[in-house]
Amino acid sequence: MIDFELSEAAQNLQAMVHGAAEAFMRPVSRQFDEEEHTIPWDFIDFMWQATQGSDANLAGKKPTKEDGPAPERNLQLAVSIEELSWGDAGLYLSMAGPGLGGAAVAAAGTPEQKARFLSRFRSGKPKWAAMAITEPGCGSDSSAIQTTAVRDGDHWVLNGTKIFCTAGHKALLESEGFVVVWATVDKSAGRVGIKAFIVEHGTPGISVAKLEHKLGIRASDTAMLILEDCRVPLDNILGSPEITRTSEGFKGVMATFDATRPAVAASAIGIGRATIEFLRETLQKEGIPIRYGIPASKLAAVERDFMEMETLLEAARLLTWRAAWMMDRGIPNNLEASMAKAKAGLAVTQITQKAVEILGPLGYSRSLLVEKWMRDAKINDIFEGTQQINMLIVARRIFGYSSRELS
Amino acid sequence: MISFELSEDQKLLQETVAAFAIEQIRPLARDADERGEAPESVVAKAWELGLVAGAIPESYGGFGDARSALTGAIVLEELGYGDLSIALHVLAPRLLVYPLLEHGTEDQKKRFLPAFTQAEFRAATAAVVEPSLHFDLSALTTTAIAEKNGFVLRGRKAFVPLADGSETVLVYARHADRPRSENPAEGYRAVGAFLVERGAPGLEIGPPEKNMGIKALRSHELTLSDVRVGAECRLGGDRGIDFARLMNCSRVALGALAVGVARAAFDYARDYAKERRAFGVAIAQKQAIAFMLAEMAIEIDATRLLVWKAAWKLDRGEDATREAYLAKHYAANMALKVTDNAVQVLGGHGYIRDHLVELWLRNARGFASFEGMAIV
Repeated sequence: MIDFELSEAAQNLQAMVHGAAEAFMRPVSRQFDEEEHTIPWDFIDFMWQATQGSDANLAGKKPTKEDGPAPERNLQLAVSIEELSWGDAGLYLSMAGPGLGGAAVAAAGTPEQKARFLSRFRSGKPKWAAMAITEPGCGSDSSAIQTTAVRDGDHWVLNGTKIFCTAGHKALLESEGFVVVWATVDKSAGRVGIKAFIVEHGTPGISVAKLEHKLGIRASDTAMLILEDCRVPLDNILGSPEITRTSEGFKGVMATFDATRPAVAASAIGIGRATIEFLRETLQKEGIPIRYGIPASKLAAVERDFMEMETLLEAARLLTWRAAWMMDRGIPNNLEASMAKAKAGLAVTQITQKAVEILGPLGYSRSLLVEKWMRDAKINDIFEGTQQINMLIVARRIFGYSSRELS
Repeated sequence: MISFELSEDQKLLQETVAAFAIEQIRPLARDADERGEAPESVVAKAWELGLVAGAIPESYGGFGDARSALTGAIVLEELGYGDLSIALHVLAPRLLVYPLLEHGTEDQKKRFLPAFTQAEFRAATAAVVEPSLHFDLSALTTTAIAEKNGFVLRGRKAFVPLADGSETVLVYARHADRPRSENPAEGYRAVGAFLVERGAPGLEIGPPEKNMGIKALRSHELTLSDVRVGAECRLGGDRGIDFARLMNCSRVALGALAVGVARAAFDYARDYAKERRAFGVAIAQKQAIAFMLAEMAIEIDATRLLVWKAAWKLDRGEDATREAYLAKHYAANMALKVTDNAVQVLGGHGYIRDHLVELWLRNARGFASFEGMAIV
């Protein structure tokens, strides 16, 4: 039966995370935006303690028998990410945990790899797992990756440069974490030659060249990594060793995105919601009514704008929950995940940009968080598949086209 | 807990109505639009599906199905997918039946419902919209003045489907004795519904309206010049009606129909784009076209979910005004955009009446003005 009510467990989770977001993120939101490369250790430690012992923050991970009837892993993740991003999207991304790198292992790793790489997130000090795909010369076109992986005895030797790696520096230098590096074992083979390799913290030959200065999500460190003859053990190639002979490596990791796209969409929605709530309160204080039920032609311009904004947010959230729900049910959701991400990224951009406009000089001022939310929002239209890439994916799916037929 | 899965019954109903819409309704759409009316044959066949009698309790001769706004939305999307005009025609009797089911006194139900459980289609309708650009559900200009044994109705209505064939029209009017208010909710609370018989003195049914779209739906203006009705004609008796809720049902219904129309246009344009070749490839392989269609697909799915959420709230007995109002607006805008894009994808061919996309565009633009369709 169609049902739009969160389960009690999801509601409890939502309340708990919301409480944490309100108490521990909002008060320091502006500070960590201004102090771009200061690591918010207090917040990180607190959230690490709070999420210990659960796989709650692991996107993807196909439901298993132990998960019990109708597991809600991805849906609850979307709910909790929305709350955290409502708090502060940059601080959310700075949180320790399996993250995108862990999601890749969960999606494509062998059982042995999952145990070897994921168990660390259940105890001890905070750890990060990052994903390094983008290079100076290629972002959307991940089949054009130039970083190489050459087999040498018992090792893979990696060479190349990666940019825009969220938490790359924390994964390698600030914790016992790892980075999942996409590299090609055969440049001439295009997509088929691309595999994912796990580079553990402390591995010689990988260094953090710099941390980016960004428009928003400044509390989240974004690293440039340089790999120079970086040697990793043979069994650090994600998936079985046979993977070098098939296109499975690339496809397997790409499948991660079916799980992480709803998660990114949820983050966008959190920022959008923060903005809308603030705007609603402000309009109320100013005595500007929002009247549902009168003809559109009688709505004040601000009313009409506000209604459009809140509808966009609801639409984005419903698409996101659908995609997450499908993941939880094991229903292939490539189309729906991309729909959600495309809609949410665009919606939050539109919502936050319009909010700054409506709030006039106050919206523009750094004395309010609204301008920061606009800056934080924009990345959601870009990372984890740009708006345009997600639209391409949707288009391919609705036509039944391959990437060669529609590019 | 969150779920996006239809029940088995809903799936079955959806399949049945979808098949009917594609096989029986759609092939007639163009001709019906050109002629300005729905063929009786399809109206009769739709009647047999039980679209009106379904929700009438067995004690009045109906099937006694539970009414659900969400299930209604599912059914209406499929009917809209077939053809909007024909859909509105076959659903028109609900305009009387559903408010009766919701609010009618026992007497009123006994008097009116059984006629809609017979073998033949029976027309009925309701009058809500007023022919003015100031038209406002929260400030109706049609009034009901209380007098000794009943009410006097005065005003003008538009978009009244099948008025010229209905024995009874349910006329919505503002109780004149209620004070005017800035608060829209007060305006809704001031509205009552009145069972008016055809031939009532003072009731004038205008000729069939000429609209840009919904041309196969015979709709009319009504003029009420001091039409007198007895107290027993006030729907719900002294308790009256919940006009706000009925209008939320209407918003859900119109939203669902809009999704159906948009989906029809999308499917058609998508298939066309895969066939039509230009510059050596199918035009679907060109990003400009592909992105248009991708956006259309996303917006259709998003709108459906917004409509379903409003319907779900209605079914839970909650106030769904915000959700229904926002969903209906979104749906009206979405349907226009999608159908407009569909015409665009077909290019010059989209402009010619050989293809249905131009019809869908003409129909879709109407959703901005359509109101008062409490048919879920």
